[in-house]
Amino acid sequence: MIMTEGVCMRFGGLTAVSDLSISIEKNEIVGLIGPNGAGKTTAFNTITGVYRPSEGRIVFDGRDVTGAKPHRITELGIARTFQNIRLWKDMSVLENVLVACHLRMGVGVFSSTLHLPGYRAKERRSREFAMRLLDSVGLADQASEAATSLPYGKQRRLEIVRALATEPKLLLLDEPAAGMNPQESLELMGFIGRIRDEYDLTILLIEHHMQVVMGVCSRMYVLDYGVTIAHGSPEEIRNDPKVIEAYLGVD
Amino acid sequence: MKKNAVLSIVAVALFAALVGVADIALGRFAVRILNLSAIYIVLALSLNLLNGFTGLFSLGHAGFMAVGAYVSALLTMSPAQKEMNFFLEPIVPFLRNVQLPFPVALLAAGLCAALVAVIIGVPALRLRDDYLAIATLGFAEIIRVLITNAQSLTNGAQGLKGITKFSTTWVVWSVAALSVVFMLALVRSSYGRTMKAVRDDEIAAEAMGVNVFKVKSTSFVISSFMAGVGGALLGHMITTIDPKMFTLTLTFNILLIVVLGGNGSITGSVIGAVVVTVLMEALRFLDMPMDFLFIKTDGLPGLRMVIFSILLMIVVLYRQRGLMGNTEFSWDGLFGLFKAGQGKGGRR
Amino acid sequence: MDVATFFQQTANALSLGSLYALIAIGYTMVYGILRLINFAHGDVFMLGAYFAFYAVTSIALPWGVAFIVAIGLTGLFGMSLERVAYRPLRDSPKISIMISAIGASFLIENVGIVLFGGRPKSFPSIPLFDTVVRLGSVSVLSVSLFIPVVTAIILAVLLWIVNRTKTGLAMRAVSTDLDAARLMAIDVNKTISFTFGIGSVLAGIGGIMWTMKYPQLNPLMGVMPGLKCFIAAVIGGIGNISGAVLGGFLLGVIEIMIVAFLPELTGYRDAFAFVLLIVVLLVKPAGLLGKRQTVKV
Repeated sequence: MIMTEGVCMRFGGLTAVSDLSISIEKNEIVGLIGPNGAGKTTAFNTITGVYRPSEGRIVFDGRDVTGAKPHRITELGIARTFQNIRLWKDMSVLENVLVACHLRMGVGVFSSTLHLPGYRAKERRSREFAMRLLDSVGLADQASEAATSLPYGKQRRLEIVRALATEPKLLLLDEPAAGMNPQESLELMGFIGRIRDEYDLTILLIEHHMQVVMGVCSRMYVLDYGVTIAHGSPEEIRNDPKVIEAYLGVD
Repeated sequence: MKKNAVLSIVAVALFAALVGVADIALGRFAVRILNLSAIYIVLALSLNLLNGFTGLFSLGHAGFMAVGAYVSALLTMSPAQKEMNFFLEPIVPFLRNVQLPFPVALLAAGLCAALVAVIIGVPALRLRDDYLAIATLGFAEIIRVLITNAQSLTNGAQGLKGITKFSTTWVVWSVAALSVVFMLALVRSSYGRTMKAVRDDEIAAEAMGVNVFKVKSTSFVISSFMAGVGGALLGHMITTIDPKMFTLTLTFNILLIVVLGGNGSITGSVIGAVVVTVLMEALRFLDMPMDFLFIKTDGLPGLRMVIFSILLMIVVLYRQRGLMGNTEFSWDGLFGLFKAGQGKGGRR
Repeated sequence: MDVATFFQQTANALSLGSLYALIAIGYTMVYGILRLINFAHGDVFMLGAYFAFYAVTSIALPWGVAFIVAIGLTGLFGMSLERVAYRPLRDSPKISIMISAIGASFLIENVGIVLFGGRPKSFPSIPLFDTVVRLGSVSVLSVSLFIPVVTAIILAVLLWIVNRTKTGLAMRAVSTDLDAARLMAIDVNKTISFTFGIGSVLAGIGGIMWTMKYPQLNPLMGVMPGLKCFIAAVIGGIGNISGAVLGGFLLGVIEIMIVAFLPELTGYRDAFAFVLLIVVLLVKPAGLLGKRQTVKV
């Protein structure tokens, strides 16, 4: 479904990511782990078009999407969440999701403003879709509350649901379990598996929570200082000496 | 919902009647202030669209107003008037005999301003917020200098006199009302939501599939269209225009209205426009020589602007949200105010 | 154009360039540290000139003392401005502080109109600066020679402060990363105040030297130079002191060249700076000496 070939990302003299070559098949849940500052979010950013890779290509669904603009990437079917939650503060929970629905509505500024019948039908459908998404994470009751009034865990869920509203094929989750307690992490694992099945998704996941990653991913890549140091199944990674060294440091 | 709709219709009808009565009953000076507020409503809304709803800090408004004012004036003046005005250098041939009806000229004014916005916007909107402010300011200055120097097109520094006073009470208030309705419809639509998303966090918006550049450009163009129309209405009200009118001070006045009323509130811009316009006139006496009881001054020109600047600073420092913040007027809200005022008996 | 006129215009260009450079530095330092365009900086420049004017005329101080007093007052004013109008908004959305800057600018200008009167005033002539110096067939005003020299000295001192002192180090640290600097126990507030102080002192010196060369004062005299100097700072690379100097000189020289070689374009003289700005923003937004800044997502 998606493949990166030798992607490098350099900022001036600093190489944040070097020679990233990963590939993910449809409906897989793949993890991207590594110590802090390893370049995981930068990798996400090159895939989603926030940064143009200094080298290499990214091929999604058979199409070369290297350097495409973020909104175009989302249009093609890749959605993401952010490490530091980026909800829209001045809008309600429902509105946050509705903005993400706008992409697939296909309405222009005129038909929106004039509230033409075609627009009104689409708006209604978007609202229903958004409410269903909110319902699936238990946020339907808070639909008209301010997005930032939600507790942290619920805000994370809202961000995921907002990304789902763009009807993606590939979902990139950046530390979705950050700040969650074990109970919530367990629920999150179940949730990830569920949405993968229900929405026919492929998922790439950055996470520090080992329990979550090991439990939900079929494969993982390990980054350290931008370099891919290991790749394999959870058992293989768990026992890989290079990974242990990266996380714990050399003796 | 039905109740709200009925109340709104009644209010609008009442208001239209009020405007009609005021037009006939009040003296010419008061009517002029009233109509000036209407024009400032249009201008404030156009800046609010850009600033408050899309989060783009642009200081180029005076430039678009100038374009609108000049286009409309040049298209409506008769050949005789043009000859009278262009005494230093004759007017460009293709404009000499053009004289169009006012509605067409007004539309053209908006469209020309919008066109300029497209030209400016494509490069400028790629810049970060503070750079955008300076770049738009720069463009407004360039426009002004161009107008001052294009003698045969705009009559340069002499300006244009004798513009027909097409901005009657009904005209300006209809345009104002139309602007309010348009803004309400836009802001409450899906497109309006994407604008607010761009304002709050454009990186997240882009990641959710919003074409941020397109949203910004659209906002910029619509805002400039409205500014052009507002500028044209202004020109047709005061009947003389010259390049020195369209400076940063003019943009500042509109910014003042938007900030005081609430950046991101349509109601706020409306109320702000009326209040500030009236206050500007009312406080004009501060600039005049005073002979009031024991206070005798020779006039302190600039005092009025000092007060307004202080007002702006106070709002920005202590009540950033302005009068309305980014909330709008609602009938429930209004009644809620009354209920609270009735004392504890009115609480649920 | 003959040799004499050429040298005269060169002297003019160097003077104007120096003045622009001095004021541009203030903009670039403040922007570097706060990411704020201090719209009121041009008005601080104006205040420097007026403080000197009143010190010399109303209080009848000898010009040397008057200038020093005026410069000191201007520096203090700049620091108070930061305290009152910018510090409270440091954690607010960017737009608020920009509006505050514009509001402050208008406030200062209009208070100036009220207090000083809108009509232009003439600075009394100071013999040292007003003499015509003759070098062969070329005659220049003495002040045109003073300005570049004074500017060079000031720049040397400034660069020494920024690169060789602890305060300068603190300033550079805060410019790079405010939060990290705070964590390193740098008194951020004091550093910012100091930056504003220096910038305003430079603006004050610029204002005084400006009036020596162009002896007419009016409350709005800072508007155009202010804008142009900000543009100069952007052209050179905002946040970079050497860039501001480069930009200031570039702008000053080009402006005089237009007046000298293309007199029919004199009306467009002011617009030219803006055209240059837009070209730079399109081609190399970071400016001639600036670095690209990437946003962390």
